[in-house]
Amino acid sequence: MTRVAVLKGGRSLERQVSLKSGARVQDALERLGHDVIGIDVGHDLVARLRDVAPEVAFVALHGRDGEDGTVQELLEALGIPYTGSGVSACIRCADKVIAKHHMRDAGIPTPDFFAFNETAFKELGAADALPAIEERLGFPIVVKPAGQGSALGIKFAASAKDVPGALVAAFSYGDKVLLERHIAGRDLAVSLLDREVLPVVEAVPREENFYDFEARYEIGRTDFICPADLPEEITARAQELALEVWDALGCRGFARVDLMYCEGSGELTVLEANAIPGMTETSLLPMAADAAGVDFDTLIGRIVLLTHL
Amino acid sequence: MTIDDRDPRTPGEPRTMTSTPAPRQTSRDLERYAGLFAARTKVMKSSAMRDLMALTERSDIISLAGGLPDTSSFPAASFAAIMSSVAVDSTARSLQYGPTEGLTVLKRCIAEVMAEEGTFIDADDVLVTTGGQQVIDLVCKTLIDPGDVIIAEAPTYPGAVPTFCSYQAEVIQIGLDEDGMRIDELEATLDRLADEGRRPKFIYTVPTFQNPGGTTMSLPRRRRLVEVVRKRELLVLEDNPYGLLRYEGDPLPTLFSLEGGDFVIYLGTFSKILSPGVRLGWSVGPRPVLEKMNIGKQASDLCSSSLTQLFVAAYFESGRWQDYVHSLKEIYRRRRDVMLDSLAECFGPECSWTHPQGGLFIWVTLPDYIDTTDLLARALDEHVAFVPGRSAFLDGRGANAMRLNFSGVGEADIREGVRRIGEVVREQVELYGTLTGSHRVVAQPAEPAPGEFDSELANVLHLPAPERRRRTDAREG
Repeated sequence: MTRVAVLKGGRSLERQVSLKSGARVQDALERLGHDVIGIDVGHDLVARLRDVAPEVAFVALHGRDGEDGTVQELLEALGIPYTGSGVSACIRCADKVIAKHHMRDAGIPTPDFFAFNETAFKELGAADALPAIEERLGFPIVVKPAGQGSALGIKFAASAKDVPGALVAAFSYGDKVLLERHIAGRDLAVSLLDREVLPVVEAVPREENFYDFEARYEIGRTDFICPADLPEEITARAQELALEVWDALGCRGFARVDLMYCEGSGELTVLEANAIPGMTETSLLPMAADAAGVDFDTLIGRIVLLTHL
Repeated sequence: MTIDDRDPRTPGEPRTMTSTPAPRQTSRDLERYAGLFAARTKVMKSSAMRDLMALTERSDIISLAGGLPDTSSFPAASFAAIMSSVAVDSTARSLQYGPTEGLTVLKRCIAEVMAEEGTFIDADDVLVTTGGQQVIDLVCKTLIDPGDVIIAEAPTYPGAVPTFCSYQAEVIQIGLDEDGMRIDELEATLDRLADEGRRPKFIYTVPTFQNPGGTTMSLPRRRRLVEVVRKRELLVLEDNPYGLLRYEGDPLPTLFSLEGGDFVIYLGTFSKILSPGVRLGWSVGPRPVLEKMNIGKQASDLCSSSLTQLFVAAYFESGRWQDYVHSLKEIYRRRRDVMLDSLAECFGPECSWTHPQGGLFIWVTLPDYIDTTDLLARALDEHVAFVPGRSAFLDGRGANAMRLNFSGVGEADIREGVRRIGEVVREQVELYGTLTGSHRVVAQPAEPAPGEFDSELANVLHLPAPERRRRTDAREG
């Protein structure tokens, strides 16, 4: 029996999702016979951790502070072993721009993109470069906040007149945004557990033309197919790419890599990596593990065993 | 609805193992539950908004998002005295079931409240409900088959949206202007539907101090609406929670009193004149409809709380309910004025807003390149919240609008909250100016510069001619 603190909630926009992930993780850990303490992360986090003195912290946080290395840094400082990736990998995954640069440097295909801080527009006249960017990326262009998980703030600009509004929306979530070439295709996710690649999940939205935040977390809004119905070599290639991403970003414990598969060209491209993928009923990592014969409790038990400091 | 519906506010405490461990969970649970869900759950909205709105309830947030009346001004001593009189005088009765249609003592109070607005009814004709919300649910339950048409206003009460969706209604929204629902647009829509061989099951309207629009249907429009529904034999659901909360102008007759009750189903509530905590509302309307609603209510909850019905009846017996409404009006009038002044001070000329003569809400329209759902994420960083306009539409409109509430927070918080929202709006207006090279952006949202705006989208709200920004030098006027 291990004393495990499950960190969840917090103040990020993904608070509700994290509360769901955390509650499920807590249940699993209790069933495994651990001594479990749930902590809704707030101002008293350090005091609570000192008070509880867990042997392990299970980080079930998503989004800002929880997934970007901040909480991990605190846990390092307090000497508490924790689940998932370390500080540096969290930083690399949480910032889509940094992640894409690492992928590009490692020769991993990722959609062409440009990224800017607000200052580039305010002080360097980056707006004048928009036509050139638009020409190179082609419409539609996907505009995203660099740091936001889920799909909040993601807009599709169908033409040049949509781009400024999409940028304004994306800047609502942080000071860095990404303009990315739109890849039409099938939405794939490859989860990894300790460098072991799990079966590919395909997410097929029922009605929406976009796999959005709602579809992602609402049961019954999206059909998930696992293992995805893909040609064998595509499955193998997707898994191979996911492992390359894992290595390039330095992930540990577990992670999820999101890809697009364009059937016409047969091309696979990597959109992003998630250092702390969701653990809700609709989340893809637990689904993939299940398809690999690893049930939720076993999955959570293994993640705890993989903790590090 | 989540499967794990453990209260998220009680996490954090050590949870002990029970002697019978919960069944093991696998991701197959997803499919197992999803396979059991009714088709109507597929059209229920909307988790992103719900998750975002959940954040607005944090204690460190100034929330102009709620629709809460200020219950803190209710005197504690009166509350205690009324409660103990109920406890002593009606012990068994208050702890017992009551009739589905409600207790007679309460129905008499309801007749009194309606008379205050010039609407005279027979107390026997009232159906007491569990909040006004239940009336919306019961009307849908009584009238709506999947695919049936409901006519609503654009924007409409956000709380009605999930109800309409759960009955799988097709909702058509008719624009509002400063005189309320546009009856010309309504008639055109009815004609179009008639051509298709369809007719709406009912027309849902909040004619007085509309939520969220803040507008009030003018007397000529009320008369016209009554003519239209009489001629076409259509039902109206008149939702009137705020009618008694008028801060200026002359009271207007309810649609119910104008029409006579053949085609209007009236919805009233104690939530805004006394307390939403008592969960008591009511309906009056055509008898056959009310009878079906009564049966629907039996199926839902048998009866509303006897305890709170007796509480309200005892409160009315003390004879001071009008005084309390009067005191609320004083509080809300001041808060409304503070909010209007703050808007004039902190919001730029590219923004417009309604000037409600009563009620709890102001509807603000921003330039069409600002998406208020995204803006809310930014506003939450500044510890302030509002309701994004999208939640008042079923068709994706309203993206550049927001609803502000002035009843639920104090004057200082209203000033500070509006200032912070104004700041983030200004930030985005400037950024947009930088991005488009038009640093001083368009001053007339109602008359967009050609080519600059999608005029269809800009006109979509049909909202009141913008209350022009009141300059500091004009404010004494």
